Amino acid sequence: MRIHCPHCGERDHREFEYLGSAKLLERPEGGDAAAFHDYVFQRKNPTGENAELWQHVMGCSAWLHVVRNVTTHEIIAVKLARDVKEAAR
Amino acid sequence: MHYSVLQILKNGLTGNKGWKPVWRNPEPKKSYDIVIIGGGGHGLSTAYYLAKTYGIRNIAVLEKGYLGGGNVGRNTTIVRANYLLDGNLEFYSHSLKLWENLEQELNYNVMLSQRGCLLLAHNDGQFDDLAWRGNANLATGDDAVLMSADDVRAYTPYLNFDDARFPIRGGLLQRTGGTARHDAVAWGYARGADMRGVDLIQNCEVTGFRIEGGKIKGVETSRGYIGAGKVGMSVAGRTSQVAEMAGLRLPIESHVLQAFVTEAVKPVIDTVISFGMGHFYISQSDKGGLVFGGDIDGYNSYSQRGNLPMVEHVAEAAMALMPMIGKARMLRSWGGIVDMSMDGSPIIDKTPIEGLFLNGGWCYGGFKATPAAGAAFAHLMATGEKAAWATKFNLNRFETGHVIDDEGTGARPNLH
Repeated sequence: MRIHCPHCGERDHREFEYLGSAKLLERPEGGDAAAFHDYVFQRKNPTGENAELWQHVMGCSAWLHVVRNVTTHEIIAVKLARDVKEAAR
Repeated sequence: MHYSVLQILKNGLTGNKGWKPVWRNPEPKKSYDIVIIGGGGHGLSTAYYLAKTYGIRNIAVLEKGYLGGGNVGRNTTIVRANYLLDGNLEFYSHSLKLWENLEQELNYNVMLSQRGCLLLAHNDGQFDDLAWRGNANLATGDDAVLMSADDVRAYTPYLNFDDARFPIRGGLLQRTGGTARHDAVAWGYARGADMRGVDLIQNCEVTGFRIEGGKIKGVETSRGYIGAGKVGMSVAGRTSQVAEMAGLRLPIESHVLQAFVTEAVKPVIDTVISFGMGHFYISQSDKGGLVFGGDIDGYNSYSQRGNLPMVEHVAEAAMALMPMIGKARMLRSWGGIVDMSMDGSPIIDKTPIEGLFLNGGWCYGGFKATPAAGAAFAHLMATGEKAAWATKFNLNRFETGHVIDDEGTGARPNLH
């Protein structure tokens, strides 16, 4: 897999660290235990397209929002996680 | 047919014409008392114990492909009981006891070989950790031998003891660990279940659940609707998809785990060895191939093949541990899709839907659990209670804080 970092260009995926589902951007406000349980542990785990968080640890260190096909490993779209989070506000 | 030396002699002298198909290939009935989804090792073993121990004979196992065609045929065949935490300790201990009697139980040669399983340590911290683990295993009644570097040198003299980066500090040996013939385990359980009247239905994909008033009524399949009193999901790798059809969301991600085998060579490794740096493990099959594997690739995947960086990483680990392996040619590599749970431990539990049960989240430890997982799942489905040695694999443990994180890495499935 090769991931196109918005800052650094297309790089081998070994330069990136995988965190998990991009739902981790949506940290629940307040102290609702059920919402936090869902946030930390529950995953949709889809086949096909999955939105994920990767960090370019061996490059610019930016957190990236990557849409990837988990069946074919095709990278579909890469944005800065910060931009995705701000757009959702 | 009961297999015996007499049968082998008789059939050997009569042109081997007396052997019969090992299981039937029945059409699905309209309904069953219990339907198990997934004809892999766990599904077949569940059906076997339901029929054998609990006398429930009106059972179907639904398999979308062929029996034993999933992860039970894709693993590195290691059997061991050297976990660390409560929950895992008593469960795998019980599983090993079932393994030790499995061939007599099934009247089927699963080629269990208790050739030992050695975990290596490469620094003082790791060695202390192995001592802790070994004590936990001894306290559970399992075997554990803490070995000094010299002990390891005598046991496996061909390892690279003086590697500059990862010298071998010592090891923890479980003499009762080893390997088994993975396909034979699935076939043995399938035969035992079929002999007791269980319908093993292949090429039958479950496409939906029928749920009324919060209670399971049956399953929609590619071969029509099948009614069921109870339904058990045993579909590791695809658990999230099957559960989603029942409206459930689970603490599971699917990842790809690769395995490798070299060309057959003369006997060289007579045990199972785990490198303590980089999660590499190796044994030699009875055919002579060196069978080895490493970590999961590290990102969600439903592709049953891995990427090259992990191939390279595993090859590097192999060369660091055992330089002689560089002389062998790699024959094949393949991938299996594993349920990575959020704490690295499995789930055997009821679901919020009455009559629907879940067995999944096995990460890369499912094969060694095959007998006990089936026995525990059968016990749960038949009695509604958890078996005494499988009380902690609860679906709600993530809510209550009772996670079983043997690796201590937190809710990061790609790190377990």
